[in-house]
Amino acid sequence: MLVDVKTDTAIEVHDLTVAYRDRPVLWDVDMEVPPGTLLAIVGPNGAGKTTLIKSILGLVKTAAGQTYIYGKPYTAQRHLVAYVPQRGSVDWDFPTNALDVVMMGRYGALGWFRRPGKRERALALEALAKVNMLDFAERQISQLSGGQQQRVFLARALVQDAEVYFMDEPFQGVDVTTERAIVTLLQELRAAGKTVVVVHHDLSTVAEYFDRVMLLNVRRVALGLVAEVFTEHNLSLTYGGRVSTTAGR
Amino acid sequence: MFALISELFSVSYTIRTVALGAAVLGIISGMLGCYAVLRRQALLGDAMSHAALPGIVLAFLLTGGRELPVLLLGAAVAGCVATLLLSAITSSTRIKEDSALGMLLSVFFGFGLVLLTFAQKQPSAAQAGLDTFLFGQAASLVQRDVMTMAIIGAVALTIMLLFWKEFKLLSFDPDFASTLGLPVRLLDIGLTSLIVIAIVIGLQTVGVVLMSAMLVAPAVAARQWTDRLGLMVALAGLFGALAGVVGAVLSATARGLSTGPMIVLSVSMIVVLSLLVAPNRGLIWNWLQQQRTAAVCSTPSRTAIRSRIHQ
Repeated sequence: MLVDVKTDTAIEVHDLTVAYRDRPVLWDVDMEVPPGTLLAIVGPNGAGKTTLIKSILGLVKTAAGQTYIYGKPYTAQRHLVAYVPQRGSVDWDFPTNALDVVMMGRYGALGWFRRPGKRERALALEALAKVNMLDFAERQISQLSGGQQQRVFLARALVQDAEVYFMDEPFQGVDVTTERAIVTLLQELRAAGKTVVVVHHDLSTVAEYFDRVMLLNVRRVALGLVAEVFTEHNLSLTYGGRVSTTAGR
Repeated sequence: MFALISELFSVSYTIRTVALGAAVLGIISGMLGCYAVLRRQALLGDAMSHAALPGIVLAFLLTGGRELPVLLLGAAVAGCVATLLLSAITSSTRIKEDSALGMLLSVFFGFGLVLLTFAQKQPSAAQAGLDTFLFGQAASLVQRDVMTMAIIGAVALTIMLLFWKEFKLLSFDPDFASTLGLPVRLLDIGLTSLIVIAIVIGLQTVGVVLMSAMLVAPAVAARQWTDRLGLMVALAGLFGALAGVVGAVLSATARGLSTGPMIVLSVSMIVVLSLLVAPNRGLIWNWLQQQRTAAVCSTPSRTAIRSRIHQ
């Protein structure tokens, strides 16, 4: 994959502001993420975590601000970006199987009119193997458990063969085994120099899983290495002073 | 039965034409209807077909003639206006989509009825038969109409096949499609337009009131039998065609049975059967499955089962 080596920021966001009607959802958010980072975005419900990801991906209208992927606007860098939406955002009773969903990750690279073929199938099977779902390739997606559905979505992002991954709550409703498997996968991505941004809910695992963290509540409270910014002080600023210290240090 | 059908076909040009027209309509609306159902837009189809009525009558009032292509163009335009109004209402007010659809449906249909009564009071004789668009009048189909339906339908289905993977992704996960760079808005408009075409094709045969059944019912029935989109679309086309032919033949065998409603009743029968007997998803299948589980669980070796489940 060709990446402009001159730039040393994978993701760059300047003065991002998003509003639904008269209510600001994100206010003047700045963000810089170096390549090869595992970044968690944490914050209370309604803090704008999903909105932040969606605005970088162009899914949400922004009121102000610019976003860059490896120095260029997202629309010019789509091929470098993969997206794992929230599992609840689609209808899992859709008539299709796991393999087919994973192959959807190749649709962008395929271009118009061309159908997925042998190559796409092979890539999809490979991705399913990486998430331990090879045995379920032909399974109708409604018959998969929540954790399995989540892994299918991950596999779909893996076949995109991207440099930057945005994941919206990939641990939502998955069991411990799946969570472990996903974390291992994320760490492999980081080891390969990829950048992974994860909307995360469980404060107690932030320090263990991630190397950087962004604390968000409409405004950016803090962004940096977990060891430096994941402090009790910043957490209380983010969550309004009532956070259990299981997360702190 | 087959003897009866072949006899009917050899006997009557009208029946053959009507059955063929109904089959063409069934294929097109069945296949395209799958997308309406999968995208949870069944109500949209209903609203668009009801909205066709004022379009038809306005087209008549403006041109003073009742050439079919002109009237159907009016229907298509009205259907598109209703769709645009819907997205304008849902995006600029707090009204939810289902309420907006319900409102649009009744407003357009009511307006259509007002216009229809007005048109019928006109002195010219040309307006006679405009009201057949309410419930359709398949007997008025001539071979040229069927040819027109077939050609337009073939174009619509070809477009559907060309953009197969794009429409599939749009229906399953539009946000993801957008991040891949697909023009989601444009695809959405395209797919909705195809559904409008399917509706317009069926208006003369089935009418504005019952047309949405031809979109929704074959797709619902087909979904019961398969978990694959391709097979579902093919089956829905087959069910639609079957219902069309059966309805046309049934209405020809007895006096006083209108074709449109008979087609809709036939497709409803297919839905009921599919809901009952389809493997995996059918009600009877589910019931049998439950009986089997209950039987197994009430045997003395319950603990053995339980330990097996817990493994």
